[in-house]
Parts: sequence; structure tokens; C-alpha cells
Amino acid sequence: MNLDDVDKKLLKLIQADLPLAPEPFREIAESLGIEEAEVIGRVFNMLEAGVIRRLGAIFDSRKIGYTGTLCALKVAVDRIDEVSAIVNSFPGVTHNYLREHTFNMWFTILAESKTKLDEILDTIRQSTGVEEIISLPAEKVFKIRVSFELD
Amino acid sequence: MLDEQDKNVIRELQKGLPLVSRPFELIAGRLQMSETELIERVRSFERSGMIRRFGAAVRHHDLGYTANAMVVWDVPDGAVDEVGQSMAAFKEVTHCYQRPRHPGWPYNLFTVVHGRTRDECVQISEKISKKTNIANYRLLFSTAELKKSSMRYFE
Repeated sequence: MNLDDVDKKLLKLIQADLPLAPEPFREIAESLGIEEAEVIGRVFNMLEAGVIRRLGAIFDSRKIGYTGTLCALKVAVDRIDEVSAIVNSFPGVTHNYLREHTFNMWFTILAESKTKLDEILDTIRQSTGVEEIISLPAEKVFKIRVSFELD
Repeated sequence: MLDEQDKNVIRELQKGLPLVSRPFELIAGRLQMSETELIERVRSFERSGMIRRFGAAVRHHDLGYTANAMVVWDVPDGAVDEVGQSMAAFKEVTHCYQRPRHPGWPYNLFTVVHGRTRDECVQISEKISKKTNIANYRLLFSTAELKKSSMRYFE
């Protein structure tokens, strides 16, 4: 999808903050000098095209009581599909990437408690047979920025 | 602690904001609360930090940021706070976390660096390395995305 200037301005506004007001799209429309229906139409198109992944609340998983970690595994190349199918089958696994390192599979996982999290990791160890899984929970967060500058 | 109604609000909100003039009124109807009550509840979630941001989550790929690297750094324990803050100050760094070391894994500071190309990520990392004097680091480019999904809480 090609974004025009209005799309880019709109994205910039709604990325940073959507007004918590009864008519959020009208407020955005007013600051852009266009109609509310046009804002809704453009947002719809960007959602359809996948430019916008989601619109609404982005939660801080820790603050709502979830525990998370980043895990790294050493998986034999011929077992990647099999192991990733098992890892990805857990709903708490939100991201999983292959990376260029002997620890080649990296996934993030969230669970309702530390106990639950450890149970899932044990299950993954047992059902994949992969012994080298390290868990690297964030000990300190220096930055987490999800908004992006658009030129 | 979250009560049952809080969890219901979270369950509804994570479906995404409906694209109508009065989205909160629509959601509030499903939750049997008023529009004003719902907006107030969302504001209180934001104040307490449970909602980090209320807005659009964007796919970076579609904005020309096609390369990103997880860059991992081996930082002396006593310097982690200072170096972490210094790295976080770079605009190309979107995430910066301290994580534990493990046998065979010496890196304790993790950053995500965004660039338009792979080379740009390499250059940004060199720049960060020089600025912070951390020489032992690695770029871990992703070669495949195996899963990327939004978390569904309380489901």
C-alpha cells in the first residue's frame, strides 16, 4: 500500500495517542482538517492492508499481572519446523524468530504467573527434547518505544 | 488486583477499537456500563500504566524500516545502568533491556536497532559501540519470522 501525506500525518497522530474521548475519530479529523468519515475510511484501509496491525489499547503485560521472558534455543536445522510448531502452539508465545547464532530460535512468552511460565517451559523442553533453552527475563527496562518517526 | 469487570474491559479492548463514530459507546454496551464509565476506566488503566499506549500499532516493514537487528552487548555489571541509559537515548534503538548472563551466553544488555538496510543496522551498532565503549557485542539478524501475534489476556 502506498501511503499519501494525509495517511502519514494520520498515522503519526494515531500512533502517538488516540484521544480517550467519546468521538476520537472526529477529534483527529478536526486536527487534520478533514472529515471524520475520511479518517475512519483511511484507518480502515490501513488496517486492511496490514500497515496498522492493531488499533486500541497496548497493554503492559507486567502491570496486569503477567510474567514474561525471552527464550533462546539451539535447534538442529532439520528440526526447526517440528520444534517451532510445538513452541508456537502455546498461546502465550507471541513472537518467534530464527536468528543468526548457534542459539538460533528466539521466542517471547507470557503467562499468568511465574509458576505457569515455568510449567510451559518444562513442557517445551520435554516435548521438543531440546535441552539448551535459556530463559532471559528482563531485569531492567531502559526503553520500550513502539512509536515511529515518519518522514 | 483486577476485578472481574476490569478483566472484561481488557478482553473487549484487546479486540481492537471498532471503527465507528462512538467506539466506546459500542464497547460499553457489550459490558453493560456507560460510555463515560468505560472511558474513565480506560483512563485509569492508562494512569496506572496497565495501558502503555492507546493508539495504533504499526508494522514497521511497511514504513521502509525493513531491517532490524537484535544487538546484544557484554557490559561490565557496574556500568549497566549508565550504558543502558546511553543506548536508550539513540533514536534508532526502540528497545533496551538488561537480561541475565548464562554459561555460554555473556551478553547482558539487549537492544533492538532499526534501520532501512542491514548495513545501516551495522553502522548504527558501530556508532553505539564507540559512544559507549562497549566492544564485545553481536548483531543477531532475524532470518525468518515464525510467529508474531498480539497477546490475548484472560482467555
